[in-house]
Amino acid sequence: MNGSSSSSGDWHDRYYHVDQILDRPGPRTDPSFLAGDEVKDFLRNKCKILVIGAGGLGCEILANLALSGFKDIHVIDMDTIDISNLNRQFLFRQKDVGQPKAIVAAEFIMNRVPGVKVTPYYGKIQDKDDDYYLQFNLVICGLDSVEARRWINATLVNLVDPENPESLKPLIDGGTEGFKGQARVILPTVSSCYECSLDMLNKPTAFPICTIANTPRLPEHCIEWASVLEWPKVHGDKKLDTDDPEHIGWLYSMALARAKEFKIEGVTWSLTQGVVKNIIPAIASTNAIIAASCCNEAFKIATSSAAYLNNYFMLIGTDAVYSYTFEHERRAECPVCGGESLDITISKEWTVDRLIEMLVEKQDIQIKKPSLASGAKHIYFQAPPQLEEATRPNLEKKVSDLIPDGGEITVTASSLPFSLSLRINYS
Amino acid sequence: MIKIWSMKKNEDAAARRKPKTSAAQIRVQKDLTELDLPPTMKTHFPDPTDLLNFTLTITPDEGMYMGGAFVFSFAINNNYPHEPPKVKCTHTIYHPNVDLEGNVCLNILREDWKPVLNLNSVMVGLQYLFLEPNADDPLNKEAAEELRKNREQFLYNVKSAMRGGVIKGTHYDKVAVQ
Ligand SMILES: [Zn+2]
Repeated sequence: MNGSSSSSGDWHDRYYHVDQILDRPGPRTDPSFLAGDEVKDFLRNKCKILVIGAGGLGCEILANLALSGFKDIHVIDMDTIDISNLNRQFLFRQKDVGQPKAIVAAEFIMNRVPGVKVTPYYGKIQDKDDDYYLQFNLVICGLDSVEARRWINATLVNLVDPENPESLKPLIDGGTEGFKGQARVILPTVSSCYECSLDMLNKPTAFPICTIANTPRLPEHCIEWASVLEWPKVHGDKKLDTDDPEHIGWLYSMALARAKEFKIEGVTWSLTQGVVKNIIPAIASTNAIIAASCCNEAFKIATSSAAYLNNYFMLIGTDAVYSYTFEHERRAECPVCGGESLDITISKEWTVDRLIEMLVEKQDIQIKKPSLASGAKHIYFQAPPQLEEATRPNLEKKVSDLIPDGGEITVTASSLPFSLSLRINYS
Repeated sequence: MIKIWSMKKNEDAAARRKPKTSAAQIRVQKDLTELDLPPTMKTHFPDPTDLLNFTLTITPDEGMYMGGAFVFSFAINNNYPHEPPKVKCTHTIYHPNVDLEGNVCLNILREDWKPVLNLNSVMVGLQYLFLEPNADDPLNKEAAEELRKNREQFLYNVKSAMRGGVIKGTHYDKVAVQ
């Protein structure tokens, strides 16, 4: 780095271009925008951002953030570097294969962009608690797993505490599948969350099981036949490990033999791996566009320098470069951000039966046949019969013997769009 | 930072944090406690505290499979309802749409699954297979062939298989209830 001057490693005109945006307001700037030193100080010295995932999207996101002036970046990833990542995850080199992605990515960025601190965590997002997530101003996700996204989304929605404005963490979620991708801004409890749009997702392709069994036409049918029908038949209860080359090898040879029998071409090792792991080829340029969009939003939200995305940007690059932006609406029946929550105060002497009676009679809710649980503990279930019978003795018990003061109960009922969350206080 | 807090609608002061139960768990609680099953279907939970693993017994009261009790295992993972439940028949039964390993050919369990469907839809779908076995989507090809060619013989085979008989070298589990 020639010309680096200050102790933080800044070089002359390092932020020349970014400062064009931060030094003066524009026509669409938020009224709360504080042009000049104040916003720069926040972005460069105070803002703490978390990046989840250091894969195809994550590498791009980390580089973009570091170069646009974020200086306190944390990154979580549970994977290690595989040789097949090197074509697009450009923070990694051949020598890094086998090393944790988060650690290698953090080191790479810190070496390349002076003054930026990247704190890696090699592990699962589920290892971290609320206090960990509370320390950030913003969270950006570049994940390929629906399950991990649902988890972080629910965690950030649950984090929102009506008494603490700092508890609301904007979540920017990027995702790509081949030439398609999306970037979205989720303001937990304010705008539509990830769970709200779950049914919009492309579900994993599944072929009819009878086609797989009888009339295969595609190489994928032969691979599915090997993994869905033949594996359990031959290996019984032994679980198929899609990361085990021996298991993939077995599936590959079975699928190949079946393909031959039905005169189908195209069964390869990598297709076998792709089908069983449900891998859609990752395209570097799609990742670059989506990561850029996510970081653009992070920059706008952190600085208030321009209106941020409201709230869903979709990129379809399959036929040409088409993009579409729309406002995805919150769903009242969303199990994460929808439903109602209610504080109630009852006597310590109340039985579960009495509480249920109250829920049924209460004018403003009027729940028919409510079922109650607290975490994994079932309090009273209306159905099925076996569970109704098993939980029936609880009806006579005092609520205070089952739920601590301030404890929560999840209520479901057919008359509720999704669920009702009750917080019980004792008088 | 943008000021999001001011955008938060002044919801009921009572609106508070929701419990830390996974969305999949709440959804399964909702599905199960709202099950509305006819007397021909019964669920059984080997561990009543585990809502994600249970069995369903179907005892058709009409059609060719009347008199049998057919048990299916349900395994639900944490990605429900993004992913469908995994359903298998625990017995070796003679049915055109169920293979000898217990795999079931029901579209909503695979290619046509949608998160708006629920456990009730799956159970009703399974029961329908016993009322209207379908020779066009065979998993047990011999049974399907028989159903298409010779309905009388098929019916005879169904009854004999349900009593634990052997058909074309395959030993079927006794599922008849008396
Ligand atoms: Zn939601």
